[in-house]
Amino acid sequence: MDIKDIIKPENLVYSKSKLFTDKALSYCPGCGHGTAHKLVLQTIEEMGIESETIGVAPVGCSVLAYEFMDIDIQQASHGRAPAVATAIKRLMPEKFVFTYQGDGDLAAIGTAETIHACNRGENIVIIFINNGIYGMTGGQMAPTTIAKMKTSTSPYGRDTAIMGNPLKITELVAQLPGVYYCTRQAVHTAAAVRKAKKAIRQAFENQKLKKGLSFVEIVSNCNSGWKMTPVDSNIWMENNMFPFYPLGDIKVPTEK
Amino acid sequence: MKELRLMKGNEAIAEAFIRAGADGYFGYPITPQSEVLEYLMAQKPYETTGMVVLQAESEVAAINMVYGGAGCGKKVVTSSSSPGISLKAEGISYMAGAELPCLVVNVVRGGPGLGTIQPSQGDYFQSTKGGGHGDYKLIVLAPASVQEMADFAKLGFELAFKYRTPVMIQSDGVIGQMMEKVELFEQMPRWTNEEIKKISPWATVGKTPDRERNIITSLDLDPARQERHVYKLGAKYKEIEENEVRFEKIQCDDAEYIFVAYGSSARICQKSIEIARAKGIKVGLLRPITLFPFPKKVLNKLADQVKGMLTVEMSLGQMIEDVQLAVNGKVKVEHYGRVGGMIPSPDEIVAALEQKIIGG
Repeated sequence: MDIKDIIKPENLVYSKSKLFTDKALSYCPGCGHGTAHKLVLQTIEEMGIESETIGVAPVGCSVLAYEFMDIDIQQASHGRAPAVATAIKRLMPEKFVFTYQGDGDLAAIGTAETIHACNRGENIVIIFINNGIYGMTGGQMAPTTIAKMKTSTSPYGRDTAIMGNPLKITELVAQLPGVYYCTRQAVHTAAAVRKAKKAIRQAFENQKLKKGLSFVEIVSNCNSGWKMTPVDSNIWMENNMFPFYPLGDIKVPTEK
Repeated sequence: MKELRLMKGNEAIAEAFIRAGADGYFGYPITPQSEVLEYLMAQKPYETTGMVVLQAESEVAAINMVYGGAGCGKKVVTSSSSPGISLKAEGISYMAGAELPCLVVNVVRGGPGLGTIQPSQGDYFQSTKGGGHGDYKLIVLAPASVQEMADFAKLGFELAFKYRTPVMIQSDGVIGQMMEKVELFEQMPRWTNEEIKKISPWATVGKTPDRERNIITSLDLDPARQERHVYKLGAKYKEIEENEVRFEKIQCDDAEYIFVAYGSSARICQKSIEIARAKGIKVGLLRPITLFPFPKKVLNKLADQVKGMLTVEMSLGQMIEDVQLAVNGKVKVEHYGRVGGMIPSPDEIVAALEQKIIGG
């Protein structure tokens, strides 16, 4: 069987979203960002809203998200994506607007923008990748770094007495009336990917129905920053991150 | 139809935002400019022109909302006073880098730090020499009347879109708070989506199949490309220096001495001219209207005519550096100013001219 047989339409079982550019992802092999990107782009493609969607990229590993997503994108300064998205949506309410942010961006430097965009109930989608570490700058402690976890700025493990506690920002924003839908997902197994995809679709559908803010956290690995193999990092995530950041819906719409 | 009203400077500029067809205002309260947001909230332009008005959670959020709106090709504006402008400086640098048009109004108060809520011109360096990080310039307009507060809102948007750059209106607590007669320009329509696509084809309004995706960013990790980008910005600032210098000459024709002053200091200097001329001192006023681009050529020419120049600023002396560069040692240039929210009197200024320039 040569390549021509393999690429026959009837043999096709998988293809990348056409909203991916051909640029090779800059993420480390094994990182969950690529899968999270895929789910966002598949959702936009399946809903047929690519010409009506504006994304907002953060500062952090996904600062270059605009290189990979074939849609109109603005790259915000560190932490300010929800403020940028607020204005885009308010000025063009007929468009779909999402932010894609990491934990340092969303839960440390951008905490105020996150909470206030959520509290105002901005009709946007926030995709929040939580890997408990600053990946791009080389593995420093993040607001979401769990207790005792070693990072380059907590080399003996996060001592909560000195360094403060990990922040469950998703539970925090779920309390706000402007947040319509709030969920925590993962992308490390096929089953988790399917659930996360459903959650992201739900979030964009909520925006279509003008329901307010939808917040989707994805607990993910950072095998480079954690200094583990991809497989080990996923096992470590299951054993250590998930007990502190349990997966599942945190706030679901109550109305029919 | 022209409309005459008695208004505060802060109200006049807010009304002018609406009339200039602005799409959005994003602000945060700070004295002495809170009337801008208050006026807009009271006017409810979202019910008439459709302009969005939003009180942000901070100056930082407000300037980033402006970034988002400007990236969509919308006419967007924010206003603040000195400490708030420091917070916005990062966002302004990003917008200069991403080449986004917008209007930023600074109703300057005394600094440094929390300083005072009284008028000052101590933010000249911040406005004209950077303020944020990196190689960039803002077009800086300095209104000296309530009328110019209104007119420069319109002019500011024109220049911002002509050059795809943030424009700063550097006012001060005097101009913002005082009431004067103002002739308001007629309501301009907001741009339609089709017009925005034509005027700003780079805007992120949703990627349609007929074009490549639009990206708004100030980042380029490739140093060769980033260098080309910064050179391009530099060329733009040169072009602005060629084309956009604005100034006013008052009684300069027979002048032996010149005051150089902008904003409220220029207003006070007009009275000082009367007092000095009554004493037989032939003095005129050169009022920079654009602080960047600075009216270097006219000052250099005036230096051939006069015996000395006194810069009058409500600061320790900031614009004086640009005046000295412009005259390049041809004549004596001295500074007189008050700080901390104190305002110089016309007599003080004449005394300073006599002491530092004529007798000095």
